[in-house]
Amino acid sequence: MEHTLRRFNFLQGHRTDFWWVEPAMVLVGLSLFIVYATWAAFQGNHYYTVSYLSPFYSPLIYVKTGVAGSAPLWHSLLGAWPSWWPDFLPASPALLILIFPGLFRFTCYYYRGAYYKAFAGSPPACAVGAVPQKKYQGETLLLLFQNLHRYALYMALLYLLILGADAIASFVYESQIGFGIGSIVLLINPILLGLYTLGCHSFRHLVGGRKDCFSCAGAGSINGVYRKVSWMNRNHKLFAWLSLFWVGFSDLYVRLVSMGIINDWNTWGV
Amino acid sequence: MSEVREFKIWRGNSSGGAMVAYQTQVDEGMVVLDAIHKIQAESAGDMAVRWNCKAGKCGSCSMEINGMPKLACMTRMNDYQPNEVINCRPMKSFPVIKDLVTDVSWNYQQNKKITPLKPKARDKDGNYRMMQEDVDRIQEFRKCIECYLCQNTCHVIRDHQQESRFVGPRFMIRLASLEMHPLDTADRIPAIKNEYGSGLCNITKCCTAVCPEHIQITDNAIIPLKERVVDRYYDPIMWIKRKLFSAKKN
Repeated sequence: MEHTLRRFNFLQGHRTDFWWVEPAMVLVGLSLFIVYATWAAFQGNHYYTVSYLSPFYSPLIYVKTGVAGSAPLWHSLLGAWPSWWPDFLPASPALLILIFPGLFRFTCYYYRGAYYKAFAGSPPACAVGAVPQKKYQGETLLLLFQNLHRYALYMALLYLLILGADAIASFVYESQIGFGIGSIVLLINPILLGLYTLGCHSFRHLVGGRKDCFSCAGAGSINGVYRKVSWMNRNHKLFAWLSLFWVGFSDLYVRLVSMGIINDWNTWGV
Repeated sequence: MSEVREFKIWRGNSSGGAMVAYQTQVDEGMVVLDAIHKIQAESAGDMAVRWNCKAGKCGSCSMEINGMPKLACMTRMNDYQPNEVINCRPMKSFPVIKDLVTDVSWNYQQNKKITPLKPKARDKDGNYRMMQEDVDRIQEFRKCIECYLCQNTCHVIRDHQQESRFVGPRFMIRLASLEMHPLDTADRIPAIKNEYGSGLCNITKCCTAVCPEHIQITDNAIIPLKERVVDRYYDPIMWIKRKLFSAKKN
C-alpha cells in the first residue's frame, strides 16, 4: 500500500493537545517505583515491626537475624540465612522473591502497552511518530517471552494468598488480637492487589474467555465468574496503579515505623 | 454564539499537496463536518470530502483533526478553544485520492483473506440455536462501522508499514467475532498467529482510543486472540491438555 503522506519522525505529529502528559506520567511513575523498590530490596533491614511484614519481603524464605528491623526466625520458611549466599549481594530476603511479582507486572498487558509508549516510544502516543525500526517485530522474536504472562499470573495468585495471610497476621501481636494503622495499610494491600491480579487479561481468558459457549453443558457458572473478572479487567489500569502505589507505600510505612521515624498508632500500645 | 473560525485543510492528490487556510462563520452546535461543508459551499467548491450519514454511523468522514484521527461528523467545534485553528488532514495511513478522501480499498483486501463463518450442523429440527449469553461478547464487535480510524492509527501500519504482515485492529475484531462464535467450527488460530500477525500488535490501545463506537478492540478482541494463540503455541500445560483430551475448539 502506497503512503502518500510522509512518515513522521520520532515524536513528530500534528496533535495539538497535551499528548505527552500521559506517557511522561507513566515514565516518571514507573521509574520512581523501580528506583524505590530496588533500593528497598537491597536494604535487607527494617522490613518488620510490631506484627507487620513489608510486602516487598513476603514470603520470607530465609531470615538473617540480628539485623535492625528483621523478622523473627520463626517467620522464615526455610530458617536462617544460608551460607551459600554470595558476599557481593546484601543478605536481603526481598532479593529472593521480588522477581515473581516483578515479572507479573512486566508481562502484564496493561503495563506492556504503557511502557512500550513511555520507555520505548513504540509509539510515544497515538498518532505520534514512533521510534524508527529497520524491521518492526512487535511481540515476536525478542519479546516472545511476554506470552508466558499466565505463568507469572500463577505465581501472583500464590503471592496474593501469602499477602492476605500477612494482612490477617498483622491483626495479632503477641497472641493478642487488635489492630493498628499498619494493619489497615497491610489489609488494603492484598485487596488492591487482588483487584489488579484477578482482573488480569490472562486470568479472564482462563476463567472463561477461552470458551466459545458459556451455556453449553459443563460450562456451569463460568459466565458469572467471567463477568465479574471482566468488570475488574475494565478497570485494570486503575487497579494496576493503585496496587503499585500501595505496595510501595506499605513497605515505606513498615520501614519508617521500624526505623522509629514515625509511630504506629495501635491497640497494643507498642 | 456565531463566530468566524480559522481552518487549515489539506488540499492535494496522490502526487502531493499542502495545507490551505480558510475562514468561515461557525454557529452553535456545529461539528467539523458542517464547517467543512460550509467552506465547500462558500469558497472551495472543488474540495473533496467523503461523507454520508452525519450521525457517526456510516464511517465515511474519517480524517485527522488537529492531528488526531476522528470522524468529522462527531467532532464538535466547541471541543476546541475559540481561537484555535482547526487543521484537517486525510488519514495518514492510506493513499490520498483527493484532498480529504483516501483510498481505503486495502482494508477490503484484508477482509477477503479471512476464513468466513463455518457453522456446525443444524439441530434436528433444522434450526440453529444460540443463547444470548454466548453472543453477548461478539455483539460488541458488530457495532463496527468500518470507519478505519483504528487501521489508520495503528502504528504497525502507520509508522512501520507492516500492512503485508498485519491485518490491523478492524480485522482482528472480525477474527475475534468469528473465533468466539458459538456455532463456528473453523480453526483460524494458526492464521491469526502467522498470516494475520497477532504478535505484531504491542497493545498500546491506540485503536481503542480512536474508535467512535467505543469498541474495546484491544481488551476484548486482540488480547483474547493473543491468549488463544498462547494456548495453542506457547503454553505447555494447554498443549498436554489438548493432547490428552484432543479438544480443538473450546
